[in-house]
Amino acid sequence: MAIPPGVSNRDWQTALQQFVQAVGESGVFTSDEDIGLYRDAYSPLWEEPEERLASAAIAPTTTEQVSEVVRVANRFRIPIFPIATGRNLGYGGSAPNLSGSVVVDLKRMNRVIEVDDRRHFAIVEPGVSYFDLYRHIQDRGLKVWIDCPDPGWGSPLGNALDHGVGYTFGAYRDHFHSHCGLEAVLPNGDVIRTGMGALPGAKTWAEYRYGFGPTVDGLFAQGNVGIVTKMGFHLLPAPEAYQTSVVTVPRRNDIVPLIGLVNELEHAGLIGQPGYGSPLAARRADLEELLKRPGGPPAEDLDRFAQEQKLGSWTCRLQFYGAPAVIAAHIAYAKDRFTRDIPGATFEDGELLRFPLTQEQLDSVRKVAVGIPNLAAFGGRRGSDGHLWFAPVIPKTGEAVLEAQRVFMDVFARRGGPALISPFSMPATWMYRAFVFLMGFPISRSDVTVNQRTRETMREIIKVAAEHGWGEYRAAPAFQDDVMAAYSYNNSALLRLHETIKDAIDPNGIMAAGRSGIWPRHLRGRRA
Amino acid sequence: MNRVFRVVIACVMLSASAAYAQSDATRQKGNEVFQYWCATCHGRGAGMPGTIALTAKYKGALPGALEDRTDLTPQAVRFVVRNGAAIMPFFRKTEVSDADLDAITEYLVRRSPQPGERANTGR
Ligand SMILES: Cc1cc2nc3c(=O)[nH]c(=O)nc-3n(C[C@H](O)[C@H](O)[C@H](O)COP(=O)(O)OP(=O)(O)OC[C@H]3O[C@@H](n4cnc5c(N)ncnc54)[C@H](O)[C@@H]3O)c2cc1C
Ligand code: HEC
Repeated sequence: MAIPPGVSNRDWQTALQQFVQAVGESGVFTSDEDIGLYRDAYSPLWEEPEERLASAAIAPTTTEQVSEVVRVANRFRIPIFPIATGRNLGYGGSAPNLSGSVVVDLKRMNRVIEVDDRRHFAIVEPGVSYFDLYRHIQDRGLKVWIDCPDPGWGSPLGNALDHGVGYTFGAYRDHFHSHCGLEAVLPNGDVIRTGMGALPGAKTWAEYRYGFGPTVDGLFAQGNVGIVTKMGFHLLPAPEAYQTSVVTVPRRNDIVPLIGLVNELEHAGLIGQPGYGSPLAARRADLEELLKRPGGPPAEDLDRFAQEQKLGSWTCRLQFYGAPAVIAAHIAYAKDRFTRDIPGATFEDGELLRFPLTQEQLDSVRKVAVGIPNLAAFGGRRGSDGHLWFAPVIPKTGEAVLEAQRVFMDVFARRGGPALISPFSMPATWMYRAFVFLMGFPISRSDVTVNQRTRETMREIIKVAAEHGWGEYRAAPAFQDDVMAAYSYNNSALLRLHETIKDAIDPNGIMAAGRSGIWPRHLRGRRA
Repeated sequence: MNRVFRVVIACVMLSASAAYAQSDATRQKGNEVFQYWCATCHGRGAGMPGTIALTAKYKGALPGALEDRTDLTPQAVRFVVRNGAAIMPFFRKTEVSDADLDAITEYLVRRSPQPGERANTGR
């Protein structure tokens, strides 16, 4: 067992005893075997000296216990790092930013406090997974949907606190945005409630976000000023039906009106999450010569190939939610608009699904699109030990997508090795008002050269993105300093404000030191 | 039959059935924990990443679904849950406790040959 940095052996032993008093023997993990389970399974630093490792883990079951644990840590200046369900794979797993931190593992705080299907909200503790919340709702026949990310074993609370994203309708997909009210333990052990929750006996904690006065909730997401112990979320009323329609457009340059129109439908609330693709992506082998052209393949040549092969250039899966009559009207309207604006657009409608689904429909539906948590996203990655996400935010336009393709393909061309981006790559569309040009870089638990290469590419591509005005929405701890460094407007004025806030709320710098590149005063010099 | 002997027999039978009942309960619990933590990837249906990966790995020589295997050893199950396997990450004890893991193991090896009759214990 490692000792946290800057803590004497005597203080450490006393603190461990006090942790045991706070949460009981069964809530304190100190053996190498147990602590090893807090390693990031997809760490880009696996087995290297810089790998971020915990010194111990504490698993409280109540807010009072969390508060007591934090008081002990603050007394002895022990760095702590909270996790909810700790499944942040690709963005850091359950490991801390600062090696030697004590992980505060909230998995055992797993109560669903409330789900209301008339006012459409839920209040949950950190350890409640999407699977748990879904089951709670199903068991009681409640008429609400959750919006889940790909991995169902994560938590509404943990996911939202890393600005996580999902797959159904509108702004529900932005999980921090759809939160409403939270309870948190501050570094001095104080418990606060935000929004209406600050009013004792409040009746609308999970309904009205702001309460009165400035809002501080944002400080707790990707931040390090406290441990969140409860969180409210707005939920989507369960729709009656769901249907998809895939629109295909013939020419490469149709990407501009395609995205423009989809934006309009989406921002007006007519469709849920759009899903872009290109039928040409599967035909890259046939296009090898064209793709090798300096400056990229000419659009006319790609169009000719697409036409000969009777393929479109781009597709978008439109998703419609609501009453069948409303869906039919929205589909008709969408088709009318596409047909008018993009000559040659074609459509393929999916089956109209009415809820509840039959078993057969359940087996074939894209589960995340209808709010059913699952783990299917871990499929199709055989031979891989995991991956590291690179997640730059780019504008929601066709021009931006084509530019991002070119810029990122250049990075791969310069660095050699396999390119993760082709002229057919499309961005992820979880965010309501922006795209994420997501890439998953390989990591390995047996070959450090894979990880070294991935790290070099990450550092370079973060810089290149910033030069084009694109920043990452999220990153693994090993790259959070790099990402924050890109957000440098006015001599890093925002980071300086974060540091001022950090020092004021957490003078001993115990809480999640280094998260998002925000270090406490005594560690600031060591910023990577 | 003398009285002492009868008591001994009764005791043996009692403890045997108690052991049986206990392992039955453990397996039942193992089944539940497996459904909660593992079947989401290793279940029998479609779209199961674990089942898909193992089907590809064994190319039909062994079943893709872990619950249909008859060759799993306790050591292998324990090792994989605490060390991961490729894309499958390991599990913390706040997720799958040691007792849970014992139960899962007992459940998954229920159809494997008992120690001694095992032809091939190496992996
Ligand atoms: C194949 C694959 C697909 C993925 N798809 C998606 C996706 O669709 N959408 C998406 O958003 N992500 C996705 N991810 C990333 C990640 O797995 C999920 O975001 C996951 O929900 C995060 O883990 P978690 O919910 O267990 O949160 P945790 O790991 O518990 O928390 C995340 C972070 O938030 C902070 N935190 C947690 N709890 C607290 C607390 N109580 N107080 C203060 N801070 C706290 C910590 O810094 C922690 O590291 C994917 C990953 C993989 C491997
Ligand atoms: C996220 C999906 C996922 C979850 C959840 C999961 N596994 Fe796995 N598991 C996999 C994958 C994928 C493999 C195959 C790895 C490979 O490519 O070799 C695997 C492999 C295994 C193997 C090795 C089998 C063999 O013959 O090689 C065992 C044993 C195993 N898992 C047990 C479990 C148990 C027990 C649980 C629940 C505690 C569990 N897994 C949960 C995805 C998962």
